[in-house]
Amino acid sequence: MTLNLIFFLVLALVAIATGMGMLMSRNAVYSALFLVLNFMTVAIFYILLGAPFIAMSQVTVYAGAIMVLFLFVIMLLGAEAITGEFKFRTLLFPGALAVVLVVEAAYLLITRARPAGDVLSPDAAANTLANLQQLGMTLFQQYLLPFEVTSILLLVAMVGVIVLVQKETRVH
Amino acid sequence: MVPISYYVILSAILFTIGALGVLIRRNALIIFMSVELMLNAANLAMVAFSSVLKSFEGQIFVFFVIAVAAAEVAVGLALIVEIFKSKRSIDVDQMNSMKG
Repeated sequence: MTLNLIFFLVLALVAIATGMGMLMSRNAVYSALFLVLNFMTVAIFYILLGAPFIAMSQVTVYAGAIMVLFLFVIMLLGAEAITGEFKFRTLLFPGALAVVLVVEAAYLLITRARPAGDVLSPDAAANTLANLQQLGMTLFQQYLLPFEVTSILLLVAMVGVIVLVQKETRVH
Repeated sequence: MVPISYYVILSAILFTIGALGVLIRRNALIIFMSVELMLNAANLAMVAFSSVLKSFEGQIFVFFVIAVAAAEVAVGLALIVEIFKSKRSIDVDQMNSMKG
């Protein structure tokens, strides 16, 4: 068992544990913090996979902006919105179904996965840091139109949110 | 070297945890967080395949997914705040009528 594999397995355990913690904690603030930890773990996976730019986006956008927004709304709605309604026995039947689903998916992925290869080792991944320039070139040349469309999408979302939450003021 | 199938299985497990959260939790905020977890699991699989195929396309797609997720979270949380204002609760079992 190589060092990389041990590293992967420990991180995977942390990711699954924090995901389950998010699912099971009664307090929504704890759920949000577990999810932040999960996003951080996935960001480390991205670095291991040789995608440092995506890892940084993950940390700043997901773990930073999005989760702060979540925590902000939890604080805004107050404790009455955060009910301790989770019961363990509700997990039994869906949990059994989920285990079946994962086992079947894992079996199919192992037996039928076509690009059967290894991911880059962290050493090779470190070399792709130099390829960040190439990523930028691809993004701004080949994928310029989707990039601009994304900016319009964000603008529309921003305007939509402002329209949704503003107080209704009728002008007569 | 870590085989690609390990990453895909981890992604499947995280996705299933997210789907479980959507199914069994009644708090709209937790359901929303579970949706984020599912998006994240899909992103992980895409970056893993991108690493195996040595192509940037997967990473660029993940970048767009992150941007769309940010927009989705902003709109969704605004909706949750509005629902809370009218119903004083974000329990999804209470949201059974169209009229506020």
